[in-house]
This record gives sequence, C-alpha cells and structure tokens, in this order.
Amino acid sequence: MNWTIALPEIALACCGMATMIFGVLRKSDATLLCTMFSIAGYLVAGLLVLTGAFGFAFNGQLVSDPFSAFNQLLILTAAALCTVLASDWNRSQGVARFELPVLMVFATVGMMVMTSASNLMTLYLGLELQSLPLYVLAASHRDNLRSSEAGLKYFVLSSLASGLLLYGISLVYGFSGTMDLVGLHDLLSSPANASPGLVVGIVFVLVGLAFKVSAVPFHMWTPDVYEGAPTSVTVFFATAPKVAAMSLLLRVMGTSFGSLLGAWQHLIVIMSVLSMVLGALAAIGQSNIKRLLAYSSIGHMGYALIGLAVGTAEGVRGTLVYMLIYVFMTVGTFGCILAMRRKGQSVEKVSDLAGLASNDPVLALALAVFMFSLAGIPLMSGFFAKLYIFLAAVQSGLWVLAIIGVLASVVGAFYYIRVIKVMYFDAPAESFDARPVSLSIVVAVSGLFTAFFFLFPAPVVAAAQAAASVLFH
Amino acid sequence: MTSLGNAAGFPILSLITWLPLIGCLMIMSVRGDDETVASNSRWTALWTSLIVMVLSFVLWAKFDKSDPGLQFNEHLAWMPAFKVGYSMGVDGISVLFVLLSTVLTPICILSSWQAIHTRVREFMLSFLILETMMVGMFCATDFVVFYMFFEAVLIPMYLIIGIWGGPRRVYAAVKFFLFTLTGSVLMLLALIAMWLHAGTTDIPTLMATHFPSHMQTWLFLALFASFAVKVPMWPVHTWLPDAHVEAPTAGSVILAGVLLKMGAYGFLRFSVPMLPEASAYFAPFIYTLSVVAVIYTSLVALAQEDMKKLIAYSSIAHMGVVTIGIFTFNVQGISGSLFQMLSHGVVSGALFLIVGVVYDRIHTREIARYGGLADPMRGYALVFMLFMMASVGLPGTAGFVGEFLVIIGSLKVNFWLALLGGAGMILGAAYMLYLYRRVIFGRVTRDDLRGIADLSAREWTLFAPLIVLTLWMGIYPSSFTSYFDAAVGAMVQHHQAALAATTKLAGLVH
Repeated sequence: MNWTIALPEIALACCGMATMIFGVLRKSDATLLCTMFSIAGYLVAGLLVLTGAFGFAFNGQLVSDPFSAFNQLLILTAAALCTVLASDWNRSQGVARFELPVLMVFATVGMMVMTSASNLMTLYLGLELQSLPLYVLAASHRDNLRSSEAGLKYFVLSSLASGLLLYGISLVYGFSGTMDLVGLHDLLSSPANASPGLVVGIVFVLVGLAFKVSAVPFHMWTPDVYEGAPTSVTVFFATAPKVAAMSLLLRVMGTSFGSLLGAWQHLIVIMSVLSMVLGALAAIGQSNIKRLLAYSSIGHMGYALIGLAVGTAEGVRGTLVYMLIYVFMTVGTFGCILAMRRKGQSVEKVSDLAGLASNDPVLALALAVFMFSLAGIPLMSGFFAKLYIFLAAVQSGLWVLAIIGVLASVVGAFYYIRVIKVMYFDAPAESFDARPVSLSIVVAVSGLFTAFFFLFPAPVVAAAQAAASVLFH
Repeated sequence: MTSLGNAAGFPILSLITWLPLIGCLMIMSVRGDDETVASNSRWTALWTSLIVMVLSFVLWAKFDKSDPGLQFNEHLAWMPAFKVGYSMGVDGISVLFVLLSTVLTPICILSSWQAIHTRVREFMLSFLILETMMVGMFCATDFVVFYMFFEAVLIPMYLIIGIWGGPRRVYAAVKFFLFTLTGSVLMLLALIAMWLHAGTTDIPTLMATHFPSHMQTWLFLALFASFAVKVPMWPVHTWLPDAHVEAPTAGSVILAGVLLKMGAYGFLRFSVPMLPEASAYFAPFIYTLSVVAVIYTSLVALAQEDMKKLIAYSSIAHMGVVTIGIFTFNVQGISGSLFQMLSHGVVSGALFLIVGVVYDRIHTREIARYGGLADPMRGYALVFMLFMMASVGLPGTAGFVGEFLVIIGSLKVNFWLALLGGAGMILGAAYMLYLYRRVIFGRVTRDDLRGIADLSAREWTLFAPLIVLTLWMGIYPSSFTSYFDAAVGAMVQHHQAALAATTKLAGLVH
C-alpha cells in the first residue's frame, strides 16, 4: 500500500472536508476563517511534500518523485496566493462565500493527484476532481449573467475534452493492455508495439490535455471564461490548473509515449506555433484586460509547449522553469487587476488604467514590471523563462519554433507595452480605491520575484533540472 | 568574488555599473512635497552620476594601454550549470565608451535641470537606471550578461521618450521599442546557437572559438539584424528621426551619444572577431548600405525643417562612416571608426544640447522660426559654430580625425568606397553650414528673438567639458587613440590570422 506517499493529498483533502463541515455548522459568517484554514491546509500540504519520501503508492497508481514535488509545490503556492487575493476581493464585490476557498482546496487536491498520477485511471480521476470545483467556481457569481455563462461554457467544453481524453485512454488501454505509465513506457520501448490504434489513442489523450492548457486550437473557451468568471477565480484558472495540466502533459507524453516522439512531436509543434501566434495577434485588439490576459496566457502556453515538443530533459526543464515564472507573473498581474476598483466597483478596461503612474506610482511600477516580464524583456524573470525554452529548442534543432517564437514575442510586446503606455503616458483618469493590505503583499511578493529573479536563477533551474531528469531515465 | 588581475584592487567595474542604482534607492526614499522631491531627486541624481564619473576617471588612469586584452576582470558564478557567469572587464575598445557614458550622464542630468519639471523623480530614476544599463553593457564580458544590458536599455529609454517627449511621443516610443526588440530577439537566437556550439558565453572564449563557415553566415545575419537597427543603418534607420525629434533633450543626447554606439560596438565585439569569414563575406554588403546611408541621409538632412531631425539624419550619415571603417578590417579603418564614435558621441550630444538651449527659450525647433541669433546670443553662436565645425570635420576638432582615418582605411580597400564615403564630409559641410546660416546669421525679424537670453552659467557649465573634449580630441588625438591602439592591432591580426587559416584549409580541400 505505502499510503504515506499520498500523505500531502490526503491531508489537504481532509483539511478541505473539515473546513466545509466547519463552515456549514457555524451559524455566523465563516468565510474568513475558512480562508485561513484553507491557507493553513496548503502550508501543511507543502511541508508534507517537502519532507515526504519518494516512491510508488497503491500498487503503482500514484508516484511521488522530484517532478511531482516540484509541480505540487508550485500548485500549492499558486493556490495559496490566489486564496489570499480572492478573500478581500470577493468580500468587496459581494460574492464572498465560505464554499469558495473550500472548492479551491478540492480543486487543488485534484491537481496534486494529476501531477502524481502514475496510471491513466488515476490521472483521469485527478482531472475530474479538479474540474468539478472549477465549474462551480467559474459560475460562482451566480447573479451575474456572464459568470453563469462562463461556468456553463467551461462545463460543456471541458466535459467534451474529458470525454475525448477518456476515449483516448480506453483506446490506449485496448491496444496496449495496460494503463500504467511506466508499463506503457516499457511496452513502447520496442517500436513494434506501437500499433496505429494506440497512436490514435495518444492523439485523443493529447487533445484532451491540450484543452486544459488552452493550447490553440482548443483554446476557444479561455477568453470567455476568463472574462466572465469573477476575477478572483480567473487568477486561479490562469495559474494552478495550467501547471497541473502541463505537468500531466509532460509526464504522460514524456515518460510513457516518449519513445513515440516522432508520432506526436509535429502535433505539439503545430499547437505551439498556433498558440504563440494567436496569443500575440488576438490580444492586440482587446480592450478588456482580462480578455487580453487570456490571449496572453494562450501565447505563454505556446512557449511552454516548446519544451515538450523538444522532448528532451532540457526541454522539460525549460517548461518547468517557464511555468514557475509564469505563475508568479500571472498572479502578480491579476493582483494588480484586482486592485482596479472605483467606489467599490471592479473595473476591467485597459483604458481604466490611464495615468495610473500619477495616481498610484507603486501599483503602476508593479504592473509595469509584470508587463515587461510577460513581454520577455531582461532583467525581468520572463526573459529567463524564454531563454531556457529557446535554448532547448535550438539545442534540438527546432529552429522554426525558435524563430516563430521570438518574432511572436515581439508582436506580443506591442500590447504589453501598450498597457505601460496607458499607465505612464496617458492623462490620469479617476484614481482607484485604496489597496487592501493582503493584495499589496501578494503583488509585492510576485513583483520582487519577477524583478529580482535574475539574481538567483541557478537554484531554480537546478530544481527544475532534478525534476525533469526523473522523466528521462 | 574572484578578482583576477584587477589593477584597481576592488571590483571597480561593478561599482561603476551598479552605483547609479544606489542613487535610485536614495531617490525613491525621498519624501516631502513635490518641490522638495523634485529638487532632492535632481541633486541626488547629479551627485551620483558625478561620483560615478570620478570613479570612471580612476579606471581611465589605471588602465594599462599596452595590454591588448581585458583588464579589471571580475567573475562571479551565476548560472554555473550553463557555464554562464557574471563577468566584467574592459579592454581598449570598451574603456573609452564607459567614460563616454559616465561623462555624458551628468551633463544630461544638468541639462534637464529646468527643462524637466513634471515627474522629476521618475525622470532621474530612469536616467540612473539607463546609466547602469549602458555602462554594464560596455563592461560585460559574457554574452548573456551583455545581451541583458543591451536589451534592458529599452525600458528606461522607452519611458524617457514616452513620458517626457513631444507631441508624437507615443508613436516614437513604441516604434523605437519594437524596432530594437525585433533585432534583439534575433540576436538572442544567435547567442544561443553560439552558446551551444562553444559551451560557454564567455566572450574571450567565444573569440577563440572557430565557428563553421555555414553557421557563421546565419549568425552574422542574426547579429546584423540587431546591431544594424541600433546603429542605425539604412534602411532600418527610420525609428531614429522619430525618436530624436520626440525625445526630451537629455534623451536625444544619450540616444545619439551612447545608444547608437551600442550597435557599432556590437559589430566590433562580436561580428568581426567571432565571425571573421562571414564578416569578410558580407563586407561589400555593409559598404553598400553604409554608402547609401552616408549620401542619402545627408541629402535628406539638407531638406529638413526641424533642427533636431536634421541632426538626427546627420547622425545616421556619421554612423555610416563608422560602419565602413569597421568593415575595412585594417588598423586605420577600425581606429578611425572608434574615434569617430567617440567624437560623434561628444559632438552630436553637444549639438542636441544646442538645440535644447533655444527650444527651452522659444519652444520650437523649426529652423525657419529662427534667424539672426548671432547678435542677441553671442556666446551661443560661438559654441554652435565650434560644434558645427566639429560635426563637419574641420581639422583641429574631434570630427576630423575619425573621418580622416576611415578614409585612409577605406582607400586601402577600394578607391570608390573612399570617395563615396568621403562625400559625406562635403555634404555634411553643406547641410551644417546651411543650418548655421539660417539660425545664426541674417537679421533678427521676430520680436521674441530680440530679447532672447544668451547662455546662462548652468549652460556654460554643460558645454565647457564638451568644448574641451572636442578640441582636445582634435588637437592631440593620440591621448585617446593610444588607449585602443593595442587592442585594435590585436583584433586586426586575429582577423587576418583567422582568414588565412580558412584560406589554407580551403586550399587543402580543393
């Protein structure tokens, strides 16, 4: 059995259930306390991940290794930061309910299962456990038409993707006779076992997972859901689930189907190119900053996918570093967006940022740092994310990806610096409400990380290297 | 930190590079009403940049002119797994550019004393950050570190043009940003390719590495994309007139004085020594573009109505001479282009300041709006004349030496190249004298020009060091050329040896 391997997931799940019972039983408003409990849960789970042993559990259903630890820590950090950001915003916008942090905890448990899944069945269970709370979260502003629409849209499209994934899994199982990721790896190391049916199954699995990372052409839901969902939920959508889905993709494609690289590499290359190009071009016309960031995140997933397309440990390392840096940039950017409130009402047009540099120089500076970083300008962390990715791409001779990637980043830079232009060059609009302390802390933490990553890239890369090398043994 | 062969005894290059950021921290901590903040920011920025300047004089004094290699080396492990380190060092080619940057920065800060009156704190912050990036770029001896500084310059310059610029500042700032970024990202790919081939990004190691011929062609083109935009070479120069016209005076000074040199410095530091075969192969292409730049932009300059735009076009022409000199691959040509870069840094910086002086008083840069300034502004007319002559290349001023050496260098290559490149001097005389005549001579016809004030004490302080430098460089050039003689000699030798080796190899194959 060796159930202690799954201790972080178990602990977090128990924390979620206990918090829910507490919230239900308590007569008065329990939102703040539930938020506190869930953050404590993330901390405990994080400590358990850090101190936990590596190995397989439940007869190879679950695995704990440096790769899962890296991703789980990242997911937990993202979830904790999002919870802090959400608590104040939800209260001020009148959508605060104690269920929301609890739902985030359950979704996080699902993501942790996803990253440590070592069997296609566990993988699917984790994915569904993650998705169900996310549907509810997307629609959590239930009196708002767009929020309900976002929830419904996400539900329908995501179920479709889950169906495709499940179909792919059954094909893979049917043609190979195993659902164990390591077993699949061993089986496919002799190319004769790669029957056409199995390859079709792999493609379906790939499509299902591509939906979750919102890679083009499976990205249609992203802008609408980002825009419709309450912003505090959008930031969660943009970070933790992306990490989980990306780690799944890396593990499944890298470990199990790695020897069939030739069969699926060009699919990833195409998705990556389309995502980078669409992310860069479609964002130009956006006036809503949440939609803009939705396209921006599509573009960023395109860059992260380069690491997978490369199919080497260097590539996976690049993707992992990319996701880490992406999470901090995104949390920080959304933190700034959450601060965009006038007389208590949240505003989300790019033009609402006009003259922010005069009204609130600190917030403008933070957002400028994030924008330059998203654009990939050194010394910001976003530059390093791209550097390691392109390094891997060039190393494997994927020049087309690298060239399209850098050119798309120039196009992308246009809309990022447009945000800076609005903040710094335009005449000031009405100033925003005072920032809550919790939000300032999260923005400061991610801002400092983003701006000063260049001082300490080595340990982060070393951790990613250790995580990536697990997949290629 | 390990300091190898550091004559100063302490990490002087890092100190010069990062000290402006300490000034930034001090400026950020200033509290009080707007007036106090503005005044304290100005003084802090000025003092910081002056201290940096004095430190760079130490560098200047302790520099060993006979050593062609890197000096004041510093090394710090940064990304050891990738063999990328934080390495700093200067040789004869870069040391004078460090000085150029540190001397121009306090002058720029002083020149914005009154011209910048909104968001003074942010302006001073941007300028000090800009200084860090410029100096860091010239000191970096690791390609990744170089690239980071090279590209990070965009951030403060974008803000300087966009916030404190003229009416079309947003257009100019975005154009500047995107043009430069497009070139830079292609250089990034070349950087990665060289990194993977050599296993490190240490610049001296890269110089000693031989890259295969077919690879050199692509690497050269990728680096060219970046450096040619920065120089700027025709036909990717179009961002420069816009950026210059819209930028505030101090921004124009730094843009012309230092940022344009970054491209040419890149050619000298990377393209020529690391890719000798491709450089030789593409030299005729570079000559063609440069000659077109010299003649075309000089003619365009003749037709300008705006003073700043005229000087911006003249900068492109002068930089055309620089690129010709670099790609002659002989001692005279390269020394000439180095000298031309330094003198252009001083002279064009001064010319932009000269435009700034009248712009501060009348708030227009339209040439037709002026005339007859010789009478009310005698000191101004004198200073203007000196720099006008230096820009034309009058013997005895800084402008002459560089152009003369480049012409000698290019004569060794091709007579027509020398003739057409040298035509820039004649055309330069035409547009500069024409500009001077229209602004300074004639009768004063407008009332506001009658009572216009001559140079103030602050403005004289700005021009004094530049005047001294211009004359010094013109009358006794060897006090500057002696710094880079050894390094240029070594570079030319290295280049010829590399080409000879390839020819020999080709001979063996055929």
